[in-house]
Amino acid sequence: MAIQVSIPTIMRQYTGGAKVVEATGSTLATLFDDLDARYPGLRDRVVDGGSIRRFVNVYLNDEDVRFLDGLKTPVTEGDHVTVLPAVAGGGAMAPGIRFQS
Amino acid sequence: MRFDSLLDSVGHTPLVGLPRLSPSAQVRLWAKLEDRNPTGSLKDRPALRMVEDAERDGRLRPGCTILEPTSGNTGISLAMVARLRGYRLVCVMPENTSQERRQLLGMCGAEVVFSPAAGGSNEAVRLAKRMATENPDWVMLYQYGNPANTMAHYSTTGPEILADLPSVTHFVAGLGTSGTLMGVGRYLAEKVPGIRIVAAEPRYGELVYGLRNLDEGFVPELYDESVLTTRFAVGPRDAVRRTRELLEREGIFAGISTGAVLHAALAVAAKAVTARERADIAFVVADGGWKYVSTGAYEGTVDEAADRLDGQLWA
Repeated sequence: MAIQVSIPTIMRQYTGGAKVVEATGSTLATLFDDLDARYPGLRDRVVDGGSIRRFVNVYLNDEDVRFLDGLKTPVTEGDHVTVLPAVAGGGAMAPGIRFQS
Repeated sequence: MRFDSLLDSVGHTPLVGLPRLSPSAQVRLWAKLEDRNPTGSLKDRPALRMVEDAERDGRLRPGCTILEPTSGNTGISLAMVARLRGYRLVCVMPENTSQERRQLLGMCGAEVVFSPAAGGSNEAVRLAKRMATENPDWVMLYQYGNPANTMAHYSTTGPEILADLPSVTHFVAGLGTSGTLMGVGRYLAEKVPGIRIVAAEPRYGELVYGLRNLDEGFVPELYDESVLTTRFAVGPRDAVRRTRELLEREGIFAGISTGAVLHAALAVAAKAVTARERADIAFVVADGGWKYVSTGAYEGTVDEAADRLDGQLWA
């Protein structure tokens, strides 16, 4: 069950510079466990205890997982997970919100 | 259809089915064609409502000057309303905004004041707020925090969609000032049990995030997360791909942000198919593609176009 995970520049030190890595898992939590086994330290940059870190956004097929089931969100083969740094002081709102204004 | 004046013709836009892009007879997509407004965008609705409300509460009087930080459609809409109602309009926009927009605004009679490119839209907001303090008789309508923006959609866009599509299950729109999503979202939530309100925002490359550091953390005063069911962040490649699909398969020539909205609409459609649920998904076509031709989004392959957009603020 390969799932593609896009890694932001600031976290590529853990993936040997790789932009996209593959991982397996049935939920986002187990997916990040799997990633951490091969790229030690990566999980801690994304996960804090039982939830996603405040200044990190994780998208499953472009959908913000905070509106899904957070780390408990199920994932399946062919899914694409994107990790992006959130804005400082943000949390509520990612940058780039200015559509048609 | 006959109207007494151009302003009377704002709204009442068509809702058209997308038989080729809809996955099945049970899961259907519907496009709300907001490019059919007088100045070609959704923004005619909040611009008119903000001016009318300011007139009603006495803030705007004949001969007044309206001030607004805007780099796009809102400025063009306000210029039209201001001209027809006899107001002067000053727009504050970042100096790196496209030629088309400057020329359009100028032609519509607006005066343009430029703010430094580095600060993005937030710097334009800051400069506009300072100018408002220095000119206490000027009226800043401020679309990001003006409840009339939300009310325009609550009282017109929302009811129009429900009247045309009583079976609506999802509403999808772009997240900018958040006026459309908040207004239509609140209206439909009151009328349609289980309605799902879906936001689509542009996802920029990390380069742009770096350039936009002064924009960080900006949350429009109108934004209320509890109105939303979910939120998508769509990259330039998918936005371009969907914008082209909309034209090639359904004949609709839309702006790039509409491609991002369609991408989110298709994602929720696919989920409905998987869940074997019926769905009538209404989404907003905020404007036509004309103002974005110079971005290169409509030329060459999708990858070439996406590369050209990388590093630009495409929505």
